[in-house]
Formats: sequence, structure tokens, C-alpha cells
Amino acid sequence: MTAHFDGAVEPERYEFSEKPRYRFSVSRRAFLQSMGAGLAVLTFAEGVSGPEAWAQGGGTPTGRLEIGTDGTVTVFTGKVEVGQGSRTQIAMAAAEELGVPLDDVRVVMSDTDRAPNDGGTFGSHTTPRTVPEVREAAAAARTILIELACERWDADPADGAIQDGVIRHPGGGEITLAELASDTDMDEALAGRSVESPAVTAVADWRVLGESAPKADAEAIVTGAHRYPSDVRRPGMRYGKVLRAPAYEARLVDVDTAAAEAMEGVTVVRDGDFVGCAAPTTRQAQRAVEALAEGAEWELGDHPSSADLFEYLKANTGSGGGRFSSQEDTEGDVAEAMENGAATVRGSYKVPYIQHAPMEPRAAAAEWDGEGRLTVWTGTQRPFDVRNDVADAFGLQRGQVRLIMPDTGGGFGGKHTGDAAIEAAKLAQGAGHPVSLQWTRDEEFAWAYFRPAGLLETAGAVDSDGRITAWDFTNYNSGRAALQSPYNTPNKRERFQFCDSPLREGSYRALAAVANAFAREAFIDRLAAAADMDPLAFRLLNLPNGRLRDVLEAAAERFGWSAGWPDAPADRGYGIACGTEKGSYVATAAEIALDGDGGFEVERLCVVFECGAVQHPRNLRAQIEGCVIMGLGAALTEEIHFEDGKILNGRFNAYPVPRFRDTPPMDIEVLDRRDLPSAGAGETPIIAVAPAIANALFQATGEPREKLPLA
Amino acid sequence: MTEFMLRINGADHTVTSDPDRSLLQTLREDLDLTGAKYGCGEGACRSCTVLLDGRPTAACVTPLSRAEGREIVTIEGLGEDGGLHPVQQAFIDEHAMQCGYCVPGMILTAAALLRDNPDPDPEAIVSGMNGNICRCCNYPNIVRAVERAAALRHAEA
Ligand code: FES
Ligand code: FES
Repeated sequence: MTAHFDGAVEPERYEFSEKPRYRFSVSRRAFLQSMGAGLAVLTFAEGVSGPEAWAQGGGTPTGRLEIGTDGTVTVFTGKVEVGQGSRTQIAMAAAEELGVPLDDVRVVMSDTDRAPNDGGTFGSHTTPRTVPEVREAAAAARTILIELACERWDADPADGAIQDGVIRHPGGGEITLAELASDTDMDEALAGRSVESPAVTAVADWRVLGESAPKADAEAIVTGAHRYPSDVRRPGMRYGKVLRAPAYEARLVDVDTAAAEAMEGVTVVRDGDFVGCAAPTTRQAQRAVEALAEGAEWELGDHPSSADLFEYLKANTGSGGGRFSSQEDTEGDVAEAMENGAATVRGSYKVPYIQHAPMEPRAAAAEWDGEGRLTVWTGTQRPFDVRNDVADAFGLQRGQVRLIMPDTGGGFGGKHTGDAAIEAAKLAQGAGHPVSLQWTRDEEFAWAYFRPAGLLETAGAVDSDGRITAWDFTNYNSGRAALQSPYNTPNKRERFQFCDSPLREGSYRALAAVANAFAREAFIDRLAAAADMDPLAFRLLNLPNGRLRDVLEAAAERFGWSAGWPDAPADRGYGIACGTEKGSYVATAAEIALDGDGGFEVERLCVVFECGAVQHPRNLRAQIEGCVIMGLGAALTEEIHFEDGKILNGRFNAYPVPRFRDTPPMDIEVLDRRDLPSAGAGETPIIAVAPAIANALFQATGEPREKLPLA
Repeated sequence: MTEFMLRINGADHTVTSDPDRSLLQTLREDLDLTGAKYGCGEGACRSCTVLLDGRPTAACVTPLSRAEGREIVTIEGLGEDGGLHPVQQAFIDEHAMQCGYCVPGMILTAAALLRDNPDPDPEAIVSGMNGNICRCCNYPNIVRAVERAAALRHAEA
């Protein structure tokens, strides 16, 4: 049986998440008022709304799936869909195990009143954890359905089977799932029987998984019918805007709300530092907020500038705490090995803050009912935690808040918080109407959170055979994911140093693995040069056998790697890099062309990726392509500049993200390891892009590149 | 407040609105046509694309006064004879969507591109679509979808 979450979920060890910004003062009276009919409060116990418990593993379909009298299957999951394909994948998992057509499976996702809590959607957990749980629940349900049918025929269930929604027995029994379900209390049947260790379908027998099913809801997306969080419309709804500070560290001293309040249809809501308004249209709300801004008095504070960022980080270290704690792992004697190395090298790598910039800026709609219950629709990768944050902000019990997350316009680790939901709920409470609120792109750039910046200091030594003998690696601020080097090294020290970040920061696709892989793989090429070796040969000498080495060798071969590139044109450079994270493995090779003016173009990329047994080839390919191109943005152009507490380039025109034209030819190969469990794939392919390009530049120019972005 | 007559997806609508309000907010908030998406509000991402007299136009920077008297087509009105437009079908067939938020804008841009150039080479697709951002970076599948839509159009003709 798959291990499942119990009680406190195993926290994603490296996941960063900022605390909510608001906690409103709640007086007893206001609390009761917000409850409407005061008596209703008695009916809410902490956490009894909906299937509060963690998803159950194993032979318990209850809470995980339902079978309708029409034979359709509904799967419930607390996972979210932000474009990575989990909705389709989970439907496929259920269809596979239940033996029903994929079209007959619906998935209810991330509705805190209806779905079990499957933990946040991050860390590539859906594939290795949730999909197996869905499969087990569906396999258990299949066993029970066959039992029910065979009891009607007095037949041995061991010989029964279900296929395309029809249960059959060799003795002649045949019944459709719809017929069986119309005739049986399905909830009771599924709850009343348990199945010990339900057997899931072996990979070799997959009929649905392993094929590229059409994306769920594709037609709604291409016709504009799908409602994203920013598209939710409720009767009587108003549109909201929040007054933002003119700079980080600015404190609101006073605000004159009269002008805004005098505007027709506008409600101004103020609670402590929170000031916002609701109006019949976004345009009117915008005008009202402009009036509020004119009447606001701020006290400005000090804030460092991105020009001094890395000095600032190094000067502002601390011990952190919990997931943010500094850490140090050592083996052997690094100092001695550095002394005795045949050659030693030092490096200092810098990665800036960058923005996730999902196409849908954060948005929420909120509606209070007459009984103090709040429903919010919002896009977040942590629906249950954000539901709790919302409840806490208003002093509500968790069961009084329902969070529904419609499939959302992008996440990339950037939608862990529930700011928009809390803001919309506050305005809805004040206006006495449902409120929809969508952040502007400016707000999204300035007030969401950033992929952490990092300073990575490295030192290493090699012996006369080119073996790495010392490895000293310190990451300031950006995080611990993939901090460990995969190379054989007897003496090493690997440290993560917590810093007091000047900007609000959080998770990002593959977390700190992007920064750590960049520094490590670029530095490996420096060590290879010090050992006078070809970078590929150096890696193969120092990497143990295994899956990482397999993808590296496959990429080198596919790319046509040539030791030293004796026949290459002078303006060309070639680099290779590899890494592993979240149980999957990637190697990327890059060819660049120098333009003679200090610039360069990426001419082609070759990527080999391995994540165990492939469940959806087409979606996997899209995830790899998307990761690699997104990784090109981080490698080449993306960097947040800030000064005096303001973001200086928080617009698409000033913060270039990859476009069609920025997509180089890509040769992608997936090693489908059907003998290995499936791992998540939406993150790891990003990690080797930047170092492969940095190494290609080093190879072409002889000058190491230590700072992102590279262009 | 001013009254505007808008012709959208073949039907006439009268809206009363701030004269400087954008077409995008009006579609989304007054007419419940939420297929055009807000992405930047300054013409830089094209997730808000609509067709104005057949030309792909950023609705976020189009004031109502400029939309009046023109033929407006939104993603909700692109389909043909109650079915999908070939570009819509091609986007489904080629998995040309991850989160899909950019997709309505992509489809309308591609539909106009193919009308003007029924046989675009890859470079024409890239330059014709380059104004549209897909942050999921699903560009390769989108290019494949536009190529497929061109082929579908040919097969129909
Ligand atoms: S929202 Fe109109 S171009 Fe970005
Ligand atoms: S599919 Fe997500 S922005 Fe294009």
C-alpha cells in the first residue's frame, strides 16, 4: 500500500511560503455580526465541513470517488490544476483501474468542502503520491463492483472483470456500471466493504495510462467557456481594488477616504493597514483607489537596492527556522583536501530575484452568505492552507470557509499564498455584495513574491587524475533543493545559509535546484578545465553509475558531443550540464553562436529526461518543452531590479519573458523507464538549461560565466 | 456615463459606461464575455485579443469609443456553424494548451493570421504570433497547432 499522509502532512522540506499579509482585528460583536444569525455558530465545529481528513490510502474509495446512477465516476482530489495536466492524469488513473471509458470520469479538484486534502500542489508530488492513491482507491472500487455483480449471479468474483464500464463473468453474467449503480446504494456499498491491498494494474497492462489522452476540458478552454478564478461572476457582484503602498517598508500614516466614498456606487473598506474599495466596475474601483492614493499619507522606510543585493545578503545572514533553517553537511576534511589538490578553483555565482509572472495575475471572488459562511474562488497551489489562512484572517472557524479553486492560469510555484482571496473577502464583507478582484500586472510583479535570489560560493580541488577531491559549496538565501552534489567526492561541505531577504520570496519551479544546479554545473566545468579535461569526460569520471549518468550519456550522444570540439567554428560554443531533483533526471546540451558584439544566440538545445514510467507522453513532452523555454528566460533575460523600495522593471516590456521567437530548435528525448515508478516531471527539466548555456559560453570564450541572467 | 452601441459576435449590444473604459473590461464585466483575458493591460501580452473588423486587437488598450461601429469577434463567437473553428480544433488536437489562459488570444491571432496567409511557413507563424505571451511556454505545440489548422483549412477547401 502506498504511504499516505496522516495527520500533519509531510511538509515539502524546501517549499518556501510567506505568511499572509492580513489578520483583521475581530471584535466579538463584529464576529457575531459577520455570522449573521448568531445561532449558526453553534453548528460549526472546528474542521467538520467536508472531508476534512487527509486523503485515505489503500482500500477505501469513500471520499475519493463516487459512482453515479448513470455509470459516471467522479474522483475527488485536493490537488489543483494550473496547467501541468493533473486533472487529465488523475482521470486517467481512475479510468485505468476502474475499467471505465475516460469520458465517463469527472474530477472534482481543490474544493475544500468536497475534496480530500491531498496536500499542496508543488514539489512534483501529484504523480508519485496522489496518482497512486487514486489508483488504489479505484482498484478497490473495481474489486467491490465486481463482487456486487457476481453476487447477483452467484458467481465467483475472482473470474469477473470490468471493461469499458461493463462487468462480465465467464458464466454469462453481464451488467453495465450504470445498471448496477441504479440498482444499488453505491455509497453504502463502497463504504461498507473494504479491500485489503487492492492490486493496481501492472505497467505492462496499462491501457489508458501511458497513452496521450486529450486534455480534460480542452473544448471549454478553446471556446472561452472555461471560467478561471478571474472569470467567476456572482449575482450582484462588485469589483474590488486595494490601495497599495508606494514602496516596500512604507507605512500608512493616514488616509482621507471622503473623496472615494463620495463616488457613486463605491464602498470604501478600511481595517488597519488594509484600505480598499468595491464598485460596480473595475474602472470605478480604480478611480476610487486613485482618489484614496491621493488622500493617503505614508511614512517611507529604508530598503536596499538590487545593485547591492549580494553584499546585502551576505551581510544579513541568520539562523532562520523550520524550513528556512541554515544547514551544513560535511564529510571528510575539506580544508586539507583543498591544500593537497593538484589544482584548486574558486567561484562565486549569483542568481537574481525573478518573477513567476503567470499569465493570470492572482484573482479571487468572495461571497458571504447570510449565515456568516464565506465562499472564495481563487487560484492557489495550497487550497486547504489558504482556506485556513482566510479563516484565520477573519477569526472564522475553518468549516465556515469554503475555498473552490477553478483550474487556474499558471502557477509555477508562484501561487502559494491567498492574498487576493483575503482581499476580496474583506471587500465583500464591507460592501455586502460578492466581490471579484484581480491584481494588475503591476501588482503581481510588486506584491506577489519572488523566486529567491542567491549567492553561491564554491571551492573545489582535483587530483592529478581529474578526480574531485574537495567540494565546498555554500548557498546564501536561495534554498536547499538539490544542494547535494551528485558527484563522487570524499571531502565535502555543503551549506545553505539563511539570509534576511529584502524581497518577499517563495517557491519557484524546481525551487533552488535551478540556482544550485547552475552554480554546481558551471563550477564543474571550471574544475574540468583545471584538470585539463573535456567537461563530459570529467563528469563521467566523477559521476557514479546510475540514472543521472544514463541521461548524461544519452544527451551527449544525441547532441553529437565531441571532446574539445576540434572541428567547431570559432564563433560556436558547446556546453553540457545535468542534474536530478524530485526523483527525475535531466541532462541538457547547448550550442551557442557568438555575435561578435559580446552577445550570443542559443542555436540548439538537446534534452534527455527520465522520470520513470511515462504516464502521458504528450503532456510530458509539453512539460519538458515548457520547462526548458521558461528556463531560457531565467537563464538569459529575467532579473528583477529594485531601488528605494520600488520594483523598477515590473512590466512585460521591461522584464522580457520568452516568446515564440525565443524558442530555439530543441531535440528532446524521454527515457521511458517502465520498470521504475513514475516521478513528477513539471519541474526538473528546468534545472540544467542555464548551466548548459553558461558552459557553452565558457567553452567559446574561455571566460567563466558566474551570473544569471547570461545575456 | 455614455451609451455605446457595440456589435459583438453578430449581435448588437447597448452598454452604458465610462467613455474611457476599455473594451476588455466592458466585455468581461458588462456582457459576461470572459473569454478575453487580462494579462497586462498595456498591449504587451495579447491574452485580451479580440478581432476588430477582422484584425487582432488588444482589447485592454481599446477604449469603447474606438470599438463602436466595428465588427467585434471574441473567442465565444469564433466557432463556425455551431461547431469549432479549425484553429480551435487544431489547438485541441495538438495539446496546444497547458493552463490555457493565453489560448483564446492565441486562437484569435492565429485565425486572423491564417486568413491573411493560408500557408504560413514557420517563420511567418513565429512573427505573426510573437506578440502573444504564453507563460507556460507551450510555444512548440502552439506552432504545431497553427500548422495543423492550416492543413485542416486546405483539406476543407
Ligand atoms: S492584457 Fe491586453 S495585451 Fe496584455
Ligand atoms: S497555456 Fe498557460 S499561459 Fe499559455
